[in-house]
Amino acid sequence: MSGGLITLRSTRRPKTPPSVLRPAKSRLLTVLIGLMVVYSVVPLIWLVINATKSQQSLLSSFGLWFADDFSLVDNVVETLTYDDGIFLRWLSNTMLYVIAGAGGATILAVLGGYALAKFDFVGKPAVFAVVIGAVAVPGTALAVPTFLMFSEMGLTNTPWAVIIPTLISPFGLYLMWIFCADSIPRDLMEAARIDGANELRLFLQVCLPLLKPGIVTVALFNMVATWNNYFLPLIMLRNENLYPLTLGLTAWNRQASTIGGEAIFHLVITGALLTIIPLIVVFLLLQRYWQSGLSLGSTKE
Amino acid sequence: MKQLTGRTCTGTAAFAISALALSACGGSEETTETDAALEEGGTITVWAWEPTLEQVAEAFEAENEGVTVDLVNVGTGDEHYTNLQNAMRAGSGLPDVAQVEYFAIPQYILGESLMDLSEFGADEYAEDTFTDGPWGSVTFGGEGIYGIPMDSGPIALFYNEDVFDEHGVEVPETWEEYEEAARQFREADDDVYITSDQGDAGQVTTMVWQAGGTPFSTEGTDVTVNLTEDEGTAQWAEYWQPFIDDELIMPVAGWTDEWYQALGDGSIASLTIGAWMPANLESAVPDGEGSWRVAPLPQWEAGDSQTAEQGGSSLAIPEGAENAELAYEFMEFAGVGDGVQERLDAGAFPATLEDLQSDDFINREYEYFGGQQINQVLSESAQNVAEGWEYLPFQGYAHSVFNDTVGQAYEGQATLEEGLSDWEDDLEAYGRDQGFDIAE
Repeated sequence: MSGGLITLRSTRRPKTPPSVLRPAKSRLLTVLIGLMVVYSVVPLIWLVINATKSQQSLLSSFGLWFADDFSLVDNVVETLTYDDGIFLRWLSNTMLYVIAGAGGATILAVLGGYALAKFDFVGKPAVFAVVIGAVAVPGTALAVPTFLMFSEMGLTNTPWAVIIPTLISPFGLYLMWIFCADSIPRDLMEAARIDGANELRLFLQVCLPLLKPGIVTVALFNMVATWNNYFLPLIMLRNENLYPLTLGLTAWNRQASTIGGEAIFHLVITGALLTIIPLIVVFLLLQRYWQSGLSLGSTKE
Repeated sequence: MKQLTGRTCTGTAAFAISALALSACGGSEETTETDAALEEGGTITVWAWEPTLEQVAEAFEAENEGVTVDLVNVGTGDEHYTNLQNAMRAGSGLPDVAQVEYFAIPQYILGESLMDLSEFGADEYAEDTFTDGPWGSVTFGGEGIYGIPMDSGPIALFYNEDVFDEHGVEVPETWEEYEEAARQFREADDDVYITSDQGDAGQVTTMVWQAGGTPFSTEGTDVTVNLTEDEGTAQWAEYWQPFIDDELIMPVAGWTDEWYQALGDGSIASLTIGAWMPANLESAVPDGEGSWRVAPLPQWEAGDSQTAEQGGSSLAIPEGAENAELAYEFMEFAGVGDGVQERLDAGAFPATLEDLQSDDFINREYEYFGGQQINQVLSESAQNVAEGWEYLPFQGYAHSVFNDTVGQAYEGQATLEEGLSDWEDDLEAYGRDQGFDIAE
């Protein structure tokens, strides 16, 4: 270490001050992040390892290492064919709920968010209050009243009972609203209007491309929420053939504790693994939009 | 996993065994109303998770042309009851038949949400058709019949003979010997326990029941919760405390994969559990084949033979069901008719006296149990269920808060006595909130 020309206080040369590009290292933070990684990755590893075991070796081998037999393929085949292949049925149900529900919710959020951000109309503060209020109410609290309402309409135990409530995403709407407000310059809209674009064209061709990161973000939020949704289908659906994967896997798991029921833990585990794969794929595919989406919203003026 | 922990009924056991009286119910006195419904045909919806009902439904359809049974699994245990409660509240989308565990019946009776089956002629089963335990729980206080029993779960001692032999431990006949055996296992092998327990409301109520306790009672809307002064409860708590203090029991919750694992590798040497257990052992613990045996439940006094019930369900008709007559025919078929045999073949344990005492049943040898005729023990147990037991009209809630109160004792954070006292306080407060008159 050479002399302290720069600073009068210290004889040692100071380190370069931390900047955005070269953040300061913090041992504590590293340890904490490390713990978080372990916390989130270990269950995943456990899941992958145990999906390779048969029901028998599942119960007789160490949880975090492989058993002697490797039954992943058998397990997958059995999962897909057990009980007349009901797993595939659940998978397609989940996809339906995600595409129709989360997809619809995203479209509504984009339309609504755009309107709220870029147009002035009577009652806007009231809408704002309602949306903020709705974000604060947990879905679980609304589930039973929603059930009673749907029951009146004769819609319980139909796919609509899951899709329609899913369409409403106050949080998504709020996010799109903020995103629209920040990422579409009014000047740009004015310019397009002066150039003669009508409102529809303005929205579709000028604004929508700018909103892409936000749309992906909201779509991902809605997808994950719908993919994992448990409580709403639980109270709305009674027909096993309408179950999403979450309900179906729980039903399988419960079999083990039913009088005379068959324990199929290996299928539950393999099924759980299969269930998260589509989500992982979607995340990987949309990752770059998602990342730019998060930063985009934050750097605009 | 909780549905197994719900335990049966207001048992008034100790019946005189009179299989002969059964013939009385055949033939002429059938109520015509429901017969007509059968001929007319139609569709009934059955909400149940019990796997053997599939065969029953098929057989029922085969026997009655024009009848369709729509068997739907709306969830197991709590989920099932949530759905049922919701449908009852909404007044629409009700099933014609619902599976209701014995412990859950009182709450529906008090809520007046189950049909009284007397109007369909269920009185004919009042005597000597079912064992007193299950029948007591579907009649709850004797005013009306609210379900047809499907199965029963008299408890017995299931034990792994190989593990007992290996460590030279005698199969206990009294609870005193049981504790001794528990200590022998702990001394002999660090990995072996006589049983596992991590706090299970169903297990506790069953043990208290066998000890002759009656901590819960209901009359009209007057409910008594007496966990602190009830003698049977105190007896059990005092007995079980050393098992926790001295770590004589494996700290593993029932029905988990760890539990099944321990049952298979011999680290849990025995279970005091309901008579429906063989089917579960056979399917989930294949490693135990040939090792397990069944013995009578240990007694408080040598020479006694008092037992209790654990689990079991009935079929009931929700008030407002559309097709009640046909529903009743189906329940009759499943509970006392040809459906019983279908269910027995699939491994269920009957609630009907006739079947419990049939030679076929009693003498059946079980390969899994080394050829033992286990039904001799189990059937005997069914006939020695202690009298006077009642469940709370909010037993489901009671089970759900068990772990927050008594469960603490298993973590070493309180004694069982303190835990029971907390449980009592919680239940009394809840009962008051629900509008019951709680006796002090």
